[in-house]
Amino acid sequence: MPLYYTEDQAMLADTVTGFMADAGGIKQQLRHFRDMDCKDGFGHALWKQFAEMGLTGMLAEEADGGLAMGHVEAGIVLKEIGRNLTPSPFLTTSVMGITALSGGSDDLRGRWLPGVIAGDSVLAIAIDESPKHRPERIAARAEKAGNGFRLSGSKAFVVQGASADAIIVAARTSGSDSDDDGITLFAVPKDASGISHENLRLVDSAMASNITFDNVELDGDCVIGDVDGGRALLNKVLNAGRIGAAAELTGVGQGAFDITTAYLKTRKQFGKLIGEFQALQHRAAHLYSELEIATAAVIKAQQLLDGGSEKAELMVSVAKAKAARTCNLAVREGVQMHGGVGMTDEYDIGLYMKRDRSLSEFMGDQYYHAERVARLNGY
Amino acid sequence: MSDLDGFRQEIRDWLEANCPAEMREPARDEADICWGGRNFKFKNPAQKAWLEACVAKGYTVPDWPEAYGGAGMSPAQAKIWREECARIGARPPLSSFGIWMLGPALLKFGTEEQKVHYLGEIARGEIRWCQGYSEPGSGSDLVSLQTFGEDRGDHWVVNGQKIWTSYADKADWIFCLVRTDKANTYQGISFLLFDMATPGVTTKPIKLISGNSPFCETFFDDVKVPKHQIVGQLNRGWDVAKYLLGHEREMISGAGGGDRMNAIGAVVARNGLDDPILRAELAMFDVDALAYAAMGEKFLDEAKVGKAHPAQPNMMKYVGTELNKRRHELLMAAGGSTALEWDSERTNGGTPARSWLRTKANSIEGGTSEVMLNVVAKRILELPGA
Repeated sequence: MPLYYTEDQAMLADTVTGFMADAGGIKQQLRHFRDMDCKDGFGHALWKQFAEMGLTGMLAEEADGGLAMGHVEAGIVLKEIGRNLTPSPFLTTSVMGITALSGGSDDLRGRWLPGVIAGDSVLAIAIDESPKHRPERIAARAEKAGNGFRLSGSKAFVVQGASADAIIVAARTSGSDSDDDGITLFAVPKDASGISHENLRLVDSAMASNITFDNVELDGDCVIGDVDGGRALLNKVLNAGRIGAAAELTGVGQGAFDITTAYLKTRKQFGKLIGEFQALQHRAAHLYSELEIATAAVIKAQQLLDGGSEKAELMVSVAKAKAARTCNLAVREGVQMHGGVGMTDEYDIGLYMKRDRSLSEFMGDQYYHAERVARLNGY
Repeated sequence: MSDLDGFRQEIRDWLEANCPAEMREPARDEADICWGGRNFKFKNPAQKAWLEACVAKGYTVPDWPEAYGGAGMSPAQAKIWREECARIGARPPLSSFGIWMLGPALLKFGTEEQKVHYLGEIARGEIRWCQGYSEPGSGSDLVSLQTFGEDRGDHWVVNGQKIWTSYADKADWIFCLVRTDKANTYQGISFLLFDMATPGVTTKPIKLISGNSPFCETFFDDVKVPKHQIVGQLNRGWDVAKYLLGHEREMISGAGGGDRMNAIGAVVARNGLDDPILRAELAMFDVDALAYAAMGEKFLDEAKVGKAHPAQPNMMKYVGTELNKRRHELLMAAGGSTALEWDSERTNGGTPARSWLRTKANSIEGGTSEVMLNVVAKRILELPGA
């Protein structure tokens, strides 16, 4: 399969690019909800528009009312979300959440998917338990209790966790904290008793919750997939989140790069456009190269995931690490090349820097994924 | 899709039957590569058999038209050919500047007669070509070249000097940039082809820091070149030269595959890897190398259907060569004192050290990294005054 968009994918990209620039732009979304101190950190009206565009259920099966598309298509949306810094539950809900629920029963999918696809509900993903992404270790426990389970433990960095209708939780139902086996995924309704949120604003104005589960009673219907056998499904959710975040990062990096090169073509010093200086030209050309490569790595990983290839795992980590390194370079160079105005809140480039920091951390940073590349390569 | 699946099976079967076991591993060094040409001596029977089998099917240049010695494969088929060769580790049956550089230029600018004649010779590995571009005073500023061809009616008489002529001492013919109008810079250059055996052509190898001499100085002293041996129009050779440079840069970038794309951490670790900082650097390198491999694939896919930016080979060359230099720095560090050995048997005559030194030319030959960045800034980013 060639490493570029098919005609259908190119059409989707055209549509989404226009939609996101119009409806999801920085001024009307990110700045608007930030400045009103919105506790959700995103707009529900735009989420409804996502649904009207058919984006919310892209990854759901047709039988569930979805479009049965793949990670290449979801990545097209995420890249535009990244380029416009659009606050949206798309990655956690439509990419990771739907991937998780697709491993669940008919009843479970029937309970949550219609609301998601209609743009009425939002899902959150609760995996991490410490400030760094370490999904190999899961300590939150769900003990058998009657026909269901009793969940206790804490989860960190649950993006939009306090706004979600259901929280997808990875918990331990047997074994010790670092075991591969003994993991079960649950779809926990927001009104279950014993859940408390520490809802915090992050550097990029997104809201994330540190959640404590204190003997939360869950009935057996909340289990997604197999009890104790959830590691494989968790890995699918992680892959979806990682490649999704990587795609969004390429959009953030591209957006930062585009406004920076535009600035190089308008700002004058020493009687010249600063873009005439070779010192800046070479840095811009280097950055262009890195962005092209990160984009290629992301598409390659998306295609491998969609094709069910055994090489997908490695390439997803390559893509997340590469996208994170590249986007970080783009925002750092962007602020520096903007000079003093790059430090002001008025200019958008700083917003890109903040978003990069959050997204890089989400589902494993470049160090985590480079380490993983080494391990998957056998060293 | 089923047509392509059938094609893949066909290629797979053919490779299984025709690619000798010895040819299913990478060439050990540049001397282990089949370059073809009048004076080429095969290293072993397998190398000869592999070349002959591929020549018979047009597989030395799979995507060239059959009339010019190729197999007429579509882009999708050629990709399958590359993938299937890579799957079994089959090395290219023939490597040559004819295939990588002159061929594409002739396909675009050559006359029908030139295509049939020269491309056929290249495809069959009969003639080995070298490139006469750089001169002592014209490196990055190539267009200032001074080698002059004086018009003598039915031929030119060429005088001047070229430098960094790769393998000129082993080549049969040269494609050469020659000034044919002293009053014009860009529009005073012609693209000439001639036999290195022509009276007046001499070569002198240049010894490099690697101890090897892949490059030569090449001197032209009243060399007679018939007028029909021009490619493209008189004084319009710069167009051909630029087009060819794109392919040269693509070649040097390693985009076509091979070891330039590979991760190295696992190979290094086989001999033990107890330094956590080196391991971390290797992991970061592998991320970059595997991402670049995806870029190579994407670039070739897009180039074959005209989707790639025409200046994209400059970006590829920049990244690919800088990455290769980094690769060999890490391999030297991992090799320790063994990698320092200059002529020992166990290093096959100092291969690690000599290869490491050779890579330093990568970001100079065919356009320096700095020139590549200039071109990207100007042609792709359209920055002002670039």
